[in-house]
Amino acid sequence: MLNRRTLLGSLGAVLLLPGRARAATVVDSAGRSISVPARVERVFPAGPPAAILLYTLAPDLLIGWPRPNREEECEYMLPDICARPEVGRITGRGNTANLEVVLAFKPDLILDVGAIAPTFVSLASRVQEQTGIPYALLDGRFDAIVPTYRTLGALAHRSAAVESLAQYAEDTMTTIKGRIAGIPAEQRPKVYYARGPRGLETGLAGSINVEIIEFMGVRNVASQRPGGLALVSIEQVLLWNPDVIITIDRDFAAGVRHDPLWNAVNAVRDGRVHLSPKVPFGWVDFPPSVNRLIGLWWLAKIIYPELFPEDLRALTRDFYTRFYHRTPTDVQIEHVLAGRD
Amino acid sequence: MSRSAAPGFAVALTVLVIGVLIAFTVGRYPIALSDLFSVILGKLSGRPPDVPPIVENVIWQVRGPRVIAAALVGAALAVAGTAFQGLFRNPLVSPDILGASSGAALGAVLGIFFSLGVLAIQSLAFVGGLLAVAAVYLIGSAVRSRDPVLVLVLTGVVIGALLGAGVGLVKYLADPYNQLPAMTFWLLGSLAATTLSDLLPLFGPVAAGTLVLIALRWRMNVMSLPDEEARALGVPTGPLRVVIVAAATLVTSASVATAGIIGWVGLVVPHMARSLVGPDFARLIPAAALLGGGFLLVIDTVARTGAAIEIPLGILTAVVGTPFFIWLLTSVSRTWS
Repeated sequence: MLNRRTLLGSLGAVLLLPGRARAATVVDSAGRSISVPARVERVFPAGPPAAILLYTLAPDLLIGWPRPNREEECEYMLPDICARPEVGRITGRGNTANLEVVLAFKPDLILDVGAIAPTFVSLASRVQEQTGIPYALLDGRFDAIVPTYRTLGALAHRSAAVESLAQYAEDTMTTIKGRIAGIPAEQRPKVYYARGPRGLETGLAGSINVEIIEFMGVRNVASQRPGGLALVSIEQVLLWNPDVIITIDRDFAAGVRHDPLWNAVNAVRDGRVHLSPKVPFGWVDFPPSVNRLIGLWWLAKIIYPELFPEDLRALTRDFYTRFYHRTPTDVQIEHVLAGRD
Repeated sequence: MSRSAAPGFAVALTVLVIGVLIAFTVGRYPIALSDLFSVILGKLSGRPPDVPPIVENVIWQVRGPRVIAAALVGAALAVAGTAFQGLFRNPLVSPDILGASSGAALGAVLGIFFSLGVLAIQSLAFVGGLLAVAAVYLIGSAVRSRDPVLVLVLTGVVIGALLGAGVGLVKYLADPYNQLPAMTFWLLGSLAATTLSDLLPLFGPVAAGTLVLIALRWRMNVMSLPDEEARALGVPTGPLRVVIVAAATLVTSASVATAGIIGWVGLVVPHMARSLVGPDFARLIPAAALLGGGFLLVIDTVARTGAAIEIPLGILTAVVGTPFFIWLLTSVSRTWS
């Protein structure tokens, strides 16, 4: 039996929050309680990592992409989802989305995946207050992929579907960690991560760029100091003399073999310079999302070839089918593995 | 050369020589002094030196080009700063006053934005610097005023701000994972990626511009006078100003294209040179070149040896330049008016 007060109260709630019945409370990675609507049908990604994570679990919920995908990238994804519009970003300094535009998309939830720093926590709370749309902040660190997936499952009401993805991530990480655990420190190669056309930009200890390289238990030569990306001199690289070079730059990978200077580096002399695959999303560092999971297999095979006899083509086909919802052809897999755009 | 300037030149030359010696002997890759000498002797005598090939490589391919580039860039910025300070009769002017650096910065970030190669990025930076100054000059001379120099400086400031906004826009649109860090590194200035092939495109414009300025040394002395007085002495101030601005811009753009944005050198070094050899441009320009080369060599040596990662040149020059600038402000009334 309804009395007048509850009737008015619920009427008010309906007027204030049209169509948004609160169904569940989920705690996000920052410890904030998010009231999730009973039906989540439209999710606004705050940045590229969030968009990719959501696409792998529930492509239908994705309102759009922080920046439009290129045609070559869409060949590896569901075409209609890949073609969804550009919506901008709403986190940190790369704030290109207007909050009114965000509201015009009528999202049920804003999803942000990245660093859990006070800056981003306070930004999340502010946007949530301003827009009245629940804003979930999930941990974007590579180690946190499994819990992040499960939290996303709860937020999107896809807890059953998320299990297979979370399980894949957990199995991959456990398998690889397990196989390399017994390798003594001195037998682990020294790895240098090269970015930029001259290969002189690198990721320091703990930077998001080298997370999966550090996951492999190798010695990142630039890890004496913590930080993000930094510039180094070629003299320093010669001194480090890495055994393996991982790069994302095609020009650098192509030119380094013929460069007399770089030829003094062990990795170049031994032909252990590896160009990272990058379609539809990079395998090593950017965007820092679940796309790096397949990069883990790739890195493992490069760094410890004798420990990882698996066929990378089969792994790639499996990963792309599970996470990107489209089985690539053999030609496409070759294209990906060659590191082409 | 008058006797009074000789000690000043000796100081400037000593700074450069000491700078070169230090720069060659220290670096992240440890090379013993004896190895260094045997490599240099080997090059002179034609006999292959008894050192591992990597040591030779480091000396000729890495450290050598970088030392030369640092000296050239330092000299270029100092010469351009000297020319502009004289031309604008203002001690607080630096080579980027007419927008050369802002134009080069916009060119470079656009090159990075469109994922071009290193050579294309450097060319865009060079052309950007030239175009920016040309635009400033055209707009500045289109404005009729009693004080053309003041109008030119103001136009430079305004266009520089506009180009700065352009740089901001490109950074805003850039891919935050890939392009933005590259732009940031470029804008902070560095010689880390210098190779032998960078030296010729740097040396050509710097030498040409510097030679033009040296050839104009007497007229530049007259240009330091107010316009009416200079014209009364029979110097065509308008055309001459174009030539001086063009030469100084050529020099600045070439160095910015190679090394990125390095502030303060062009502001601070001309004053050091002036205190060593006096205000006569015939002495001032060569002295500034020597001193600027030595100064940036020392800075760059710190930049590449201070830590395992490179310290951006723009940051180091600012740390050294700011105290100097403050000292300059406190003494400027004494020396310039």
